[in-house]
Amino acid sequence: MKRRPFIQRSIAATISAIAVGISPSLFAAWKENAMMPALSGFGLEGVIPKTNGKVVYLDFLASWCAPCKASFPVLSTWHNKYSSKGFMVLGVNVDDDAAAMQAFLKKNNPGFPSVRDAQHKLVAAADVKTMPTSFLIDRKGVIRAVHNGFHPKDEAALSAKIESLLAES
Amino acid sequence: MNLLKLLLCLAGLCLCSCANVKPWERGHLASYLMRGDRDPLTGSISEHVWFTREAFAGGRGVGGGGCGCN
Repeated sequence: MKRRPFIQRSIAATISAIAVGISPSLFAAWKENAMMPALSGFGLEGVIPKTNGKVVYLDFLASWCAPCKASFPVLSTWHNKYSSKGFMVLGVNVDDDAAAMQAFLKKNNPGFPSVRDAQHKLVAAADVKTMPTSFLIDRKGVIRAVHNGFHPKDEAALSAKIESLLAES
Repeated sequence: MNLLKLLLCLAGLCLCSCANVKPWERGHLASYLMRGDRDPLTGSISEHVWFTREAFAGGRGVGGGGCGCN
C-alpha cells in the first residue's frame, strides 16, 4: 500500500485533532430543555445523592471562585427551605486540590451535598462558560434553566423559578 | 521536503501557545499570589522607583497616564 505524502498526512492529522477538540463542546453542551445525563458516568468523587423526582439545582463551584462563596448562604437557604417539597442543591466542586476543597467546605459549611469533579469530565461535558454555573433541573430530569455566574440580586428570580418547578407535578 | 517538515514543526510549536484556559482551570490565576497589589509595602516601593526613574507619580491605579496633561 502506497503511503500518502507527508503533507497530506499532516493535514489529515491536523483536521482530526481539531475535530476531536471541537466535538465535545458541540455535542455535549447541556442546554435548556435537554435531558440531564446520569451523573454516575463521570468519575465523580463522593456520594452522588439520588435526584429522582426532585427539583435539583446543580451548581459548579470552586474554592477559588469568589461568586461561589457569595452564593453559599443563598444556596443553603434554598436547600433548607425547599427540601421538604422535593428540592435539593447539589454542588459539584472542580478544585484541583482536594485539600483546598475540604477546607473551603469546612469553612463555609454549605449544608447541601457536594461531589468533586477531580477529572473535570462533568464540567467539560456541561461546557461551563463561567464559574459558577448552575443548572436548574425539574422533577423529570429536564434542564429548565442555566444560570451563569452569581450575584445576590439574582436570588429573587431564581427563587421564583425554583418555586415554579416545585409547583409542577 | 526537510524544509517543509521544519516549517510544519515550527508552526506546531507556535500553535502550542494557543491553548485556552477553561473557566474551571483558573484556580492558579485566581490565587492571591497572582495579585499585583497583594503587598502594600512592595507596591509603594515600586511606585517610588517609578516616580524616581520615570518622573511621574500616580501612573498606576488612578486616572490618566502620568503625563501631567489631565
